[in-house]
Amino acid sequence: MGTTASQLRKDLLSEYQELTFLTKQEIILAHKRFSELLSKEDRNVPTPRVPMEKVLSLPELKSNPFRKRICHVFSTSDMKDGSLTFEDFLDLLSAFSDSATLEIKSHYAFRIFDFDDDGTLDGGDLEKLVNCLTGETDDTRLTTEEMRQLISNILEESDIDKDGTVNLSEFQHVISRSPDFVSSFKIVL
Amino acid sequence: EKVGEEKPEVLSPEELEKLKEEVDERKKLISTLRGKPWPMRKKLESHEFVEKYEGALGKGKSRKLYAYKVMMLKKWMKFQRDFENFKTACVPWEMKIKEIESKYVSYLFLLYPCTVLLVLPGCLLFFNLAEKALMGRPYGSMPRKTVPRADEANAMDFAVLWDFGGYAQYSVLFYGYYNSQRAIGWLKFRMPLSYFLVGVGTVAYSYMVVIRTMARNANEDGGGDNNSFNFSWKMFTSWDYLIGNPETADNKFASITTSFKEAILEEQESRKDDNIHLTRFLRVLANFLVLCCLAGSGYLIYFVVRRSQKFALEGLESHSWWERNEVNMVMSLLGMFCPMLFDVISALENYHPRIALQWQLGRIFALFLGNLYTFIIALMDEINLKREEEEVLKLNMTIWEASLYNGTLGVNSTAPPITVHPADIPRGPCWETMVGQEFVRLIVSDTMTTYITLLIGDFLRAVLVRFLNYCWCWDLEAGFPSYSEFDVSGNVLGLIFNQGMIWMGAFYAPCLPALNVLRLHVSMYLQCWAVMCCNVPQERVFKASGSNNFYMAMLLVILFLSTLPAIYTIVTIPPSFDCGPFSGKSRMFDVIQETLESDFPAWFGKVFSYASNPGLVLPFLLLMVLAIYYLQSTSKSYKQANLELKKKLQTVSRTINKVLTLIQHLLYSLFMSSYLSSPLGGEHRAHQGKSNHQIPPSATSPPAPRGHRIPGPLPGNQWQPAPSVQRVPNSQRH
Repeated sequence: MGTTASQLRKDLLSEYQELTFLTKQEIILAHKRFSELLSKEDRNVPTPRVPMEKVLSLPELKSNPFRKRICHVFSTSDMKDGSLTFEDFLDLLSAFSDSATLEIKSHYAFRIFDFDDDGTLDGGDLEKLVNCLTGETDDTRLTTEEMRQLISNILEESDIDKDGTVNLSEFQHVISRSPDFVSSFKIVL
Repeated sequence: EKVGEEKPEVLSPEELEKLKEEVDERKKLISTLRGKPWPMRKKLESHEFVEKYEGALGKGKSRKLYAYKVMMLKKWMKFQRDFENFKTACVPWEMKIKEIESKYVSYLFLLYPCTVLLVLPGCLLFFNLAEKALMGRPYGSMPRKTVPRADEANAMDFAVLWDFGGYAQYSVLFYGYYNSQRAIGWLKFRMPLSYFLVGVGTVAYSYMVVIRTMARNANEDGGGDNNSFNFSWKMFTSWDYLIGNPETADNKFASITTSFKEAILEEQESRKDDNIHLTRFLRVLANFLVLCCLAGSGYLIYFVVRRSQKFALEGLESHSWWERNEVNMVMSLLGMFCPMLFDVISALENYHPRIALQWQLGRIFALFLGNLYTFIIALMDEINLKREEEEVLKLNMTIWEASLYNGTLGVNSTAPPITVHPADIPRGPCWETMVGQEFVRLIVSDTMTTYITLLIGDFLRAVLVRFLNYCWCWDLEAGFPSYSEFDVSGNVLGLIFNQGMIWMGAFYAPCLPALNVLRLHVSMYLQCWAVMCCNVPQERVFKASGSNNFYMAMLLVILFLSTLPAIYTIVTIPPSFDCGPFSGKSRMFDVIQETLESDFPAWFGKVFSYASNPGLVLPFLLLMVLAIYYLQSTSKSYKQANLELKKKLQTVSRTINKVLTLIQHLLYSLFMSSYLSSPLGGEHRAHQGKSNHQIPPSATSPPAPRGHRIPGPLPGNQWQPAPSVQRVPNSQRH
């Protein structure tokens, strides 16, 4: 595909511009930051992949509780190890950019929150989600009783067809009503 | 995806046609490709496909037009992209905002659209001024444009200029400078008409922008049950992905945990106020105290304005600086200290933080409004005073003119006019310029107060806390003074009120919006610096309301209330006789009448007079009120229908679940009976015993939408997801 570490080809640049929500400056900046993450040997490989640990060291992702899920969702690696090529990286930035549509953001948010990748948010997913949000330490976690109450409240609000899980359309329905979602679901390099 | 490997030139016409269709379809897809959640590889392949076959299609004989269309489309898209890039590059503070947003949760987006809104009127009035500068007569050519002889000595003094007197008073900054001649210069530029239209036009444009923003926000909200997703929103949207700072992240974790626990508690316990009477009494007391404060501040302002009028009569030079600027300083100080007082009083009330915030904002709103209107009423008194002065002066003018000729003329004879230097002609007190001056002074003193509060309250405090901490008995950083928090709602409110003052004064001081643009730029850089270096993020972030429309609604109310005085003065008070673009007319809006009579054909004037007949206008207004009522009731009925559909959906899906379970039961029992009655089943029956398994009451849900695997069963259910309802009995059953 030909993105060497030195230069991004002009035709590829304009194609990326058409296919993502990023501007030219943002794509060039992304390329620069991506190249910094590559190790010396990887630079001459035609389609280099950055391992997940390196991606997680980016300051924009370091403090994010969902960083591992984000890498897994956008990774196209066959080994499911969360490694990203430059195109995956652009997909990530495009979905999190300012001009991305609500549909794209809610779609990817759903996939990020779907910890077991089964296509719905069930009780286990929601529990893991809450634990991510309340921080890593034990004293900030919710008690079992509080967790149960919280999950049942959420299912009561969002689960329209009452099957005990939140599917993509229900999720999008909830998210589309939220005034905060589009502005908070943003990552900018 | 790729249609065979044939060479494109060898295709038959039908195949070419089919290919063209497919390419067209793909092209439609491409314009939406960005919005598809596909990995980049897949998007690139679709793109390549179109590129490859588009080129081929263009090579045929009659395909020239098609190729041309394709090329134009490509150029247009490239232009759009370049324009977007250009727009992003144009905004110089984009990077600053991003930096701040990563540290403070993304509430600063509220400031950004406000800034944009406020810049626009500035541009409009700039246009007016540019025309003036190009067409009008320069300084010194007319009496209204010249400093009077008596004041010339100190017209350049800094103190006088800072007060907007002297040369500043007789400049484009204020209403009084403008020429009232109907047509100026070789372009026949209609000065009075353009002044009037631009003034009215800015107000109309501001209304449009605010209402359009509100409508857009309301659309994004989507009507109906806004607040019924509290828990889900907390869960799915509370994390801010822009946070890059570990300290902010920890704060955020803590605040999310707190909000979860609080919400759960609120949901669990029913609100049982033991001392409901005490609470009610305290709330009534608090409101009474607040009313007292408001009344007190209103009276104080009135008293101070009256005093300043007395000082003005005695001559300003004999008073100290404080006495001269008393009004502005008092208003600014009140604006600074009263909100703090309200904050303290609200501790009595014991409300939920969001409700307390709304009350606080409401009270500050009432305070500012009360102050502003008291100020305006006092100003009205001054205007009346000035008009009386004007009458006296007009009388004196005739006497003065006669004295010029030294009584050498009879009553009705004509003589060559004696040239008098414009500076020597006695000047009427121009009440419009005075109003403009007062507003400009108010805004300047308000700005100064804000900056000084910022420097002292934020910067100096941060410096003190930081350095005194080493030698102080208690921890200054965690305890009493500590660093100041960045108060988002207070700052947004301040911005909104400044804009209200600009709207009020813009008609009489045309340069005000331009000055405001300058002031906003400086403010923004100053605040950015202060926020990054001296402030800490708020610990618990509460928004005043669920949507952004709260501040927009406030802006709309302020717009209405601040344009009211200006419109009142335009309609009721006659303009000064010797200054401004409407001098000599009996009412300012007469300029419209004049234009209609002289510049438009006769029939137009007739049509206009019919259209402005009250007999026509009143029914029209009635019709609009009825239309609003009708639209309101249809929107209510849509919301109702929405809720009902939702309930129906729930009932339907429950029914489907039940039916599916029934079918499952049926099929399973059928299968079991057929299996058990067969020769193999006989042995199994012996071993079965009483393991009469219970099929769980609910089964698989309806199939999920594209791309994902079929959803699993209920939590707690041990069954594995199966691709169909029929299940093969296996020994792994629980």
